[in-house]
Parts: sequence; structure tokens; C-alpha cells
Amino acid sequence: MTTSELTLPATKPPRAGRRRVMGAGKQLHAGPVTYVVLTVFALASLAPLVWTAIAASRTAHRLDETPPPLWFGGNLFKNLETAWDQAGLGTAMFNSLIVAGTITVSTVLFSTLAGFAFAKLRFRFSGLLLLLTIGTMMIPPQLAVVPLYLWMSDLGWSNQLQTVILPGLVTAFGTFFMRQYLVQALPSELIEAARVDGASSLRIVWHVVFPAARPAMAVLGLLTFVFAWNDFLWPIIALNQQNPTVQVALNSLGTGYVPDQAVIMAGALLGTLPLLIAFLLFGKQIVGGIMQGAIKG
Amino acid sequence: MSSSKQALAHSATSADAAPGTPPGAARGAHGRGAPAGADSWRSRLYRWDMKASPYAFVAPFFVLFGAFTLVPLLYTAWYSLHHVQLSALDHQTWAGLDNYRNLLSSDFFWNALENTFTIGLISTVPQLLAALGLAHLLNYRLRGSTVWRVVMLTPYATSVAAATLVFTLLYSWDGGMVNWILHFFGVGAVNWRESDWGSQFAVSSIVIWRWTGYNALIYLAAMQAIPSDLYESAAIDGANRWQQFWHVTIPQLRPTILFTIVVSTIGATQLFGEPLLFGGVSGSKGGSEHQYQTLGLYMYDQGWIIGNLGKASAIAWSMFLILLLIAAVNLLLTRRLRKSR
Repeated sequence: MTTSELTLPATKPPRAGRRRVMGAGKQLHAGPVTYVVLTVFALASLAPLVWTAIAASRTAHRLDETPPPLWFGGNLFKNLETAWDQAGLGTAMFNSLIVAGTITVSTVLFSTLAGFAFAKLRFRFSGLLLLLTIGTMMIPPQLAVVPLYLWMSDLGWSNQLQTVILPGLVTAFGTFFMRQYLVQALPSELIEAARVDGASSLRIVWHVVFPAARPAMAVLGLLTFVFAWNDFLWPIIALNQQNPTVQVALNSLGTGYVPDQAVIMAGALLGTLPLLIAFLLFGKQIVGGIMQGAIKG
Repeated sequence: MSSSKQALAHSATSADAAPGTPPGAARGAHGRGAPAGADSWRSRLYRWDMKASPYAFVAPFFVLFGAFTLVPLLYTAWYSLHHVQLSALDHQTWAGLDNYRNLLSSDFFWNALENTFTIGLISTVPQLLAALGLAHLLNYRLRGSTVWRVVMLTPYATSVAAATLVFTLLYSWDGGMVNWILHFFGVGAVNWRESDWGSQFAVSSIVIWRWTGYNALIYLAAMQAIPSDLYESAAIDGANRWQQFWHVTIPQLRPTILFTIVVSTIGATQLFGEPLLFGGVSGSKGGSEHQYQTLGLYMYDQGWIIGNLGKASAIAWSMFLILLLIAAVNLLLTRRLRKSR
């Protein structure tokens, strides 16, 4: 294939001589129509977020009027401040950082250990345990919240952060994800060699497994952080506005805690901002992680 | 290899001088021809390490996973057979199948089941179709391909709560963006919150917005794994782009499509946050006529608003049984798919 053929626009009708090139569909450059349609999709993805910022920069009164505002007003910082103080988004962001941070570290650590054992070590019931892990990967949170609620009230933990941290410390998805990665990425010879050198299993984990698993650990960490930050059902049952996570605070906003739509939009913007920044910085890795998980899962 | 064994033996010899080494162990080791006594202690440790470490590595995961996912699953079943009231948590009495009987004779349960199904359908089908088309476009060689992919994924960064708050405002009856845009096309203001299909459509649109990009990436990953010679031979046979998409891409993607259908269906079964926040102050009812009360919402309403945790457990287990049914159907379909190849 020559370069000139590669740059053939996708929208040109195929001529007999060029059919072969057209055939390698996935290597073709996108034509203008493709870019137009993609732009429409991109606008649809971004417009609600941009409009959130626009609405957050207006007043509640203005948001009631027709037509709705299409450009920024001057109240953004005032509304953000109100959301931060009165709607508790300040406390909530701090709490969410603690909750999602702890859950991320723990999930990555324990998933890597368990994933390594499933990928490379032999032990009794390993097949059965792995099957159990995969089989229970999709159990909805609804199946856990009643007992969790009863236990946490028994312990007198209502409205404390550990109630939402503890149930999130590991995920079946994480373990399966790390297992799938390590099966391929970690050569068994490397472990054998370390064993021959007399390394204990703990040393092997530290000096062989962790370095090999690092890219997948980073991706799992990002995905877990996003998931933990956005977790909704259990936090709104376990916590209230006295000690909220971001999602709990947003839920309070939605049920009339501060009845000012501009402030509510400012709250939604604030609560999403950390993840938007994460996507800006690590978008490539997050996209890669989702695509990787898809092929192997 | 031998040199490292030597090193092991060497260190063992020096350890031999340590007090407290059982003499019997040393003699036993000598009897087996090992160079030094403590070697057996070492090798026993080594063997113990080999045997026990896999369990030690999976233990934290299974202890936590068991305690907070598997055990609660069973306890939920147990509570579903009891009368448990939020107002008197310590007072639990045996109910047998009362909670389930109560559900099956409740109009609200069937209404929630129907809504879950309808909203699931109108959110999943357009979402997956759009994702398929989007993935096809993303599969071209694009300028800034990573940027496009990240942009399509940004809705996924938005939490259910944040997205729903924004969409609720966009859908407001008076002065909402959606109705304002519609009026250019001569469509009168739709009451998105109160009307039957309108509210279900609005709730579905939030789901579609959040998940289309995510599913597109999954399809894209699968498309990139299709061997290109399949396309080449199709092209030799004279298939145009559309025919190639239809006769090569789609059949190759079939397992992935099935996978996304299953995942989306599971997601739709537990749909909760979107209808809750879309409803505003009395969100757990799912609208004045319960027109968008899903099973997940019904469970929350019965459990934490009405305060009947026993019934809520029964609803949770009904959801679980539905998921098992979906899993069984999926298994059957996958088998057929394999056979047909």
C-alpha cells in the first residue's frame, strides 16, 4: 500500500482498481463526513457539561426565564462559594477524597496480590475461587445494603466514613482485571528465577510482580477512583448531609436542600471537576484501560 | 542454578551455629545428605512459603469480598423472610414468604417491574446502536484519535447525581433548554416530569448520554482485534464498505455485542439514581403516578422511606432472580453462538 492510497478519502466511491485498499477498512483515513458526525457526537458529549458551567455562572432567577442562557454570566464564583459552604460541597469533596483514595489504594493492592495468585500460583480450589469471583462480579449493590445498614447501626457507625469505605475495599472486577493482565504480562520464568535465587514469595511480589503489574495497577487505580467517587446507592443510605460524600451532597441538593438552581449547578460542577481534571491528565490511560478490560473480559 | 543453591547452603551453614537449632533436625538433614543442619529448617520454611503464600495473597480479597458482598447477599435472603422495620431494628420476626406474597399482589411492584423493563429497553437499544456506529467511526485513522476517544468518554466521568441534576434542569417544563429547542420545530412544551412516556424518555436519555461513549470504546477494542485479511478477502469478493460492515464486522463482534447487552441489561435492572433525582423532592415515588419508579427505586422507597426493610430485601432478591434469569439466557445464547460457528 502506498501513502497516496492510504490518504484516499473514505467517502470517495470505490473504483475497481482501488477495491483492495478500500477493503482494509480499519486502516483508512477518515473522510470529512466522518469528522462531521464525530463532531456531533463530541458536542452531544460535552454540551451538557459546558451548559452546567454556564448555568452555574447565572442566577436562579435567570434560569427560570426563556430562552435559557447560552453564554456565561458573572456569578460563577459566588455560586461556587455558596455551594462550597452552604451545600457542604467543601466537606463533601474532602470526605470523597478520603473515601475514594482509601478504596483505590486498597483495591489496587489486594487485587494485585489476588490476581497474581490466580494468574501464576498453584493452590487448591483456585479454579473454583476464580469462578466464584467472576460469577459474582455483577451482583448489584441492592443485594448488600439491608444487612450492611443493620450491621452499621448495630456498631453505632451511622454517618461515619468507615461505613462507606469498608464495603468498597475490594472488587471482584479488580481481581479479575489484574489476573487477566498478569497471565500475559508476567513471564513465569521470571518468578522461577527469583525462586531459584532463594527469594521468598513476599520478595517476589515486591521485586517482580509489582514492577510487572505497574501499568495495569495505574489503570485499575484510575477506574476504581472514578467508580468510588461516583458511587451512589450505599453512600446515600449510610451517610447524611451532616457528613456527606460528594454524591450525598448532590443528592441533598436534588431534594431541595438549597433551592437555588444556579447553586445546584455550581455543586454539580464542583463535584465533577476532580474527575474531569483526572480525565484531562490521564484520559489516554483510562480509555486504554476500558478497551483493555473489554478485550480480555 | 547450582550456584544459587550453593549460596543457600552456605547461608544455612552459618545459621547452623545459631543456638536453639534442634539437634534432631540437623541430624535428619545430614542423613538426607544435605550439607548443613539448618538447611532443612530453611527448606521447610521455603516449602511452607510456597504452599501458604497463595492463600495469603488471596485471603485479604476473599475476606473483604466475602464479608461485604457474599455474606450480605445471603443475609438479604434471610431478612426477606422476616418482618424487619426501620423503626424497630432489634425486633425481627419470622415472616415466611409473606414479603414475597405481598410483592406479587402489589400493583406497585408490577408497575416498577414494567417501568424497569420499558426504561431498560429505550435506554439500552439506542445506546448500543449509537455506540456501534460511533465505534465504527472511531475505527478510522483519525487526526487526534485519543482526543476523540477521551471526549466521547467524558460523560462517564460525570456522576449519576451530577448528570441527573443537570438534565432535570434541561428538561424543565418552563424555560428548559429541551422545550426551548423543540419550540423551533413547532413542538409544544412537553411536561417531561409528569407525562408517562416523556418522563421515561427523559430518564433513559440520561443513561444513554452517560454510557454511549463507554460502550463505543468496548466495540472499538473488539473491532481492532478483527484480523484485516477478513476485510481484504471480502473486498476481493466485491463487498463494499457497508457490506463489509454488515458481513464482516457485525458477525465478528457478536460475542462483544452479547457481552454489552448483558452488562447493559444488568445495569438497567438496578437503575436507581437517575429516576430518584429526576423526581426531585419526592423522588423515591418515581413521579406522581409512579410513572418512572423502577425496581431499584421501589426497593429504596419501601426500605428507607416507608421503613419496611424485610420487604426491601424481598425486592432486592427479586432483582437478583431476574439477573440469574438473564445470566441463564445469556449462557444459552453463547452456547448456540459457539455451535453455529
